[in-house]
Order: sequence, then structure tokens, then C-alpha cells
Amino acid sequence: MTKIELTVNSAKHTREVEDRTLLVDLLRDHLGLTGTHIGCDTSQCGCCTVHVNGRAIKSCTMLAVQARGAQIVTIEGMAKDGRLHPVQQAFTDCHGLQCGFCTPGMIMAVAALLNDNPHPSDAEIYHGLEGNLCRCTGYINIIKAVKQSAGVLRNG
Amino acid sequence: MFEISYLKAKSLSDAAALIGAHPEAKLLAGGMTLIPTLKQRLARPSHLVDIGGLPELSGIELKAGRLAIGAAAKHYEVAASAVVKKAIPALAYLASRIGDPQVRNRGTLGGSVANNDPAADYPSAVLALNATIVTTKREIAAEDFLQGMFATALEEGEIIVRVLFNVPKRAAYEKFPHPASGYAMAGVFVAETAAGVRVAVTGAAPGVFRWNDAETVLTKNMKPAALDGLAVDPNDMNEDIHATRAYRANLVKVMAKRAVQKLLATK
Ligand SMILES: Cc1cc2nc3c(=O)[nH]c(=O)nc-3n(C[C@H](O)[C@H](O)[C@H](O)COP(=O)(O)OP(=O)(O)OC[C@H]3O[C@@H](n4cnc5c(N)ncnc54)[C@H](O)[C@@H]3O)c2cc1C
Ligand code: FES
Ligand code: FES
Repeated sequence: MTKIELTVNSAKHTREVEDRTLLVDLLRDHLGLTGTHIGCDTSQCGCCTVHVNGRAIKSCTMLAVQARGAQIVTIEGMAKDGRLHPVQQAFTDCHGLQCGFCTPGMIMAVAALLNDNPHPSDAEIYHGLEGNLCRCTGYINIIKAVKQSAGVLRNG
Repeated sequence: MFEISYLKAKSLSDAAALIGAHPEAKLLAGGMTLIPTLKQRLARPSHLVDIGGLPELSGIELKAGRLAIGAAAKHYEVAASAVVKKAIPALAYLASRIGDPQVRNRGTLGGSVANNDPAADYPSAVLALNATIVTTKREIAAEDFLQGMFATALEEGEIIVRVLFNVPKRAAYEKFPHPASGYAMAGVFVAETAAGVRVAVTGAAPGVFRWNDAETVLTKNMKPAALDGLAVDPNDMNEDIHATRAYRANLVKVMAKRAVQKLLATK
């Protein structure tokens, strides 16, 4: 067991965890943040994507102890003052989801992509979302949502 | 995952001491190979010695015609580095095509090279650019280091510190990625160097290899058509549910031609 301190969605937490605890299990089981999903056990689906120190990562493929001292943002930290984050709003407006299982990870991946590249081309959007699988939408409306939110974010 | 004890190394010497003190321990870098392996219970180390982000393993710099990249350099750092893009743009491109953004944000050069997955991208650049692997114990030439499927010259407790890549005149990398994982079904790195052309192939066979016939013809005539009469032996290729031997052998040629085409388009 190791005691770790980390910041999740601007709140500081201290927890005792087994060393083998995955970050996603810390978020879901210890902190009750079940918006971060687990969709596979091969590190391929991206449902578990969160931001660690500003970069998108797969929280099923990182130990909680590796996140000691880190700043973490999960899907629960995206809306501000009762208003959806522009990426969340765009997924709603563009019908960028059906069952919604992949959506939290998609949104975290898209937010990170637009942070690195505010004006992505179609090819850059496909490349930037290679770590996220959606079994419902066929991606077309997800791409639309990326473009809409890119425009909103660029115009501040 | 089995129970495990996590140890965060404070320095490179601390890491070497920890790995030396625990014979069943494993080094943990980005965890993009090791953690999935642990989750599947395919390995049972007693301890993980975390070397991620150690300052001694960081840094990217150009020195005396060689590009030195720290073992802890993440794939996204190599892909985005202005130094790499200027010195060996093909290497920055290769890093930008590994896996996906989340994998590139954690996975490291050292972890990839130490693992020597037969379908990984970096080993092709290590071999084609005749790189030197600098460890805590010695310097190892690419050809001695890479020993086939998941095998390297690394000894127990030996840690990769950095990789020194020779800067070529021109180079290019092309891969046919596996559609789900991004790993290479066939990846070809072509480098034009002062000592001739070197062609390294990953993904297609049980380990990364040099395609000597292609090197000979391309040294005389750097054109995609120069490869027309050549073929790798399908019997040396892998066969699995994704592709037959013959298909992989053909992919090698197609990727090699594309890499040559791309190399010719670079300055
Ligand atoms: C979904 C997915 C897709 C991927 N796609 C690709 C792809 O397209 N192409 C590709 O090349 N790779 C791919 N990878 C693998 C990825 O590149 C890994 O980052 C890399 O193979 C291992 O690096 P790591 O830093 O994560 O190492 P770890 O997983 O931490 O370690 C891997 C091994 O190397 C050892 N090790 C680590 N660092 C050192 C060191 N400095 N010295 C000695 N030993 C060390 C560890 O003990 C361990 O045995 C993919 C991975 C995933 C999960
Ligand atoms: S749960 Fe599928 S990548 Fe993490
Ligand atoms: S909306 Fe169902 S998996 Fe994407």
C-alpha cells in the first residue's frame, strides 16, 4: 500500500492504494468518478482517457502511484458553472454519440487534440482520434463535433 | 494484475541499485507495453522500478553529427522536437505514427528499444541509422543490440540511457499499420548515408532485419523502380490471421518503394 496525493478536477485528494491499482480504478472506485469508462483490457479503446498534467492518457494503462502529485482532469471536470465545455456541447449539437459509452474518452481526447492543434485538418482529426474507438456512430458526427468545437474554442 | 511493489527511482544510480537489489524486479518507463502485460498476468515481477522522467534519461541534442535522444523521451516529444525534425525528419515522422496520441504521451524510446517488439517502429530506425545504444554499462552497436524477436543484448539490471542516431543525408520511413493497434504489418526505413544506403524492415518477419539486396541496388540507383526486380523471401516472413507470408513479402516491397519515393522528395 502506498499513500498518494493528487489533484483531480482542482480538488486535492489523499488516498492509500495498493501499488497495483490502476489510475482508472482509483478514479472510479475510490473517488466515485464513474464518468471515466473501461471498455477493453488491451489499452486500445480509449474510453478511459483523462488528462494527466495536460496530456491525454489511457488511465487503464497507468498505475495510480504513477500519478502521485499529478494534476488530473476527468470528464466530470469539463463543464464549468453549469455550462457544458464547448466540446461537450458540440457532441450534443452534432449528435456525436449514440450509446455514449465511448463519449467521455472521446471528449477528453478531442479537448487534448484541439489544445495541441486548434485548427486540425480532416487527416489530423483522424490521426488525433486513433486511440479512441466508437462502435456506434461511424465517426462522421464525431468529426463534425470536433470541427464545431474547434471553431468555438478558436473564437474564445 | 498480481500484487506488486512500486519503487520510484530518484536517480539513475538509485534505479540501478534498486534493480540490482531485487532480482525479480522490472524497470517501468511509459508502461505502454509492461502494464498491459501485467494486466494479462503474462509477467509476475516482484517490484516495478519506475525510471519515467529521470533527468539523466531526458534530453534531445545534436552533437558531432549524431542525434542523442534520452531513453525517457516520450514518442510525442520526439515527434514534436524541432531538433529531431531538422536533423532526422524521418525519425520525427516515425515517432508520430506510433500507436495513438495517448500511447505517444506515455511510451518512451528506451522502452520501445528495450522491448524490441518485432512489429515496433523504432527498431527499424535504430538499425537503418546504425545507432549506438548507450547503457549504464557500455555502448552497444545496433546490429549487436537487436537480436530478433523481443531479444536484445541487454543484461540483467542494465538500463538504456540514450540512443545515438547517426544523421543521414536523407531518410524516409513508411509503414503499413495494423488497423487496430497501429503496429507495423510492414515498416521500411531507408537511409542514405555516407557509407551507402541502409534499408531496415520491421513488422514483417520475426525480427527487424536489413534488406541487403535493396541496399545494393538503391546505392547505385535511388529510384523506386530500382526495386522492381527484387523480392524478400516469403519463407522468411511471418504468417498469421492478419496476413500471409506472400502478402507480407509484397508489403515490404511496396513500403520500400514508397519510402524511396518519399526520400527523393526530401531535401
Ligand atoms: C494500443 C497500443 C498501440 C501501440 N502501437 C505501437 C506502434 O504502432 N508501434 C510501436 O512501435 N509501438 C506501439 N506500441 C508500444 C509502445 O510504443 C510502447 O511505448 C513501447 O513499446 C514501450 O515503451 P514504454 O516506455 O511504454 O515501456 P514500458 O512498457 O514501461 O517497458 C517495456 C519494457 O522495456 C523495459 N524498459 C523500459 N525502459 C527501459 C530502459 N531505459 N532500459 C532498459 N529497459 C527498459 C521494461 O522493463 C519493460 O520490459 C503500442 C502500445 C499500445 C498500448
Ligand atoms: S479501457 Fe480501453 S483503452 Fe483504457
Ligand atoms: S456512441 Fe456508442 S460506442 Fe460510441
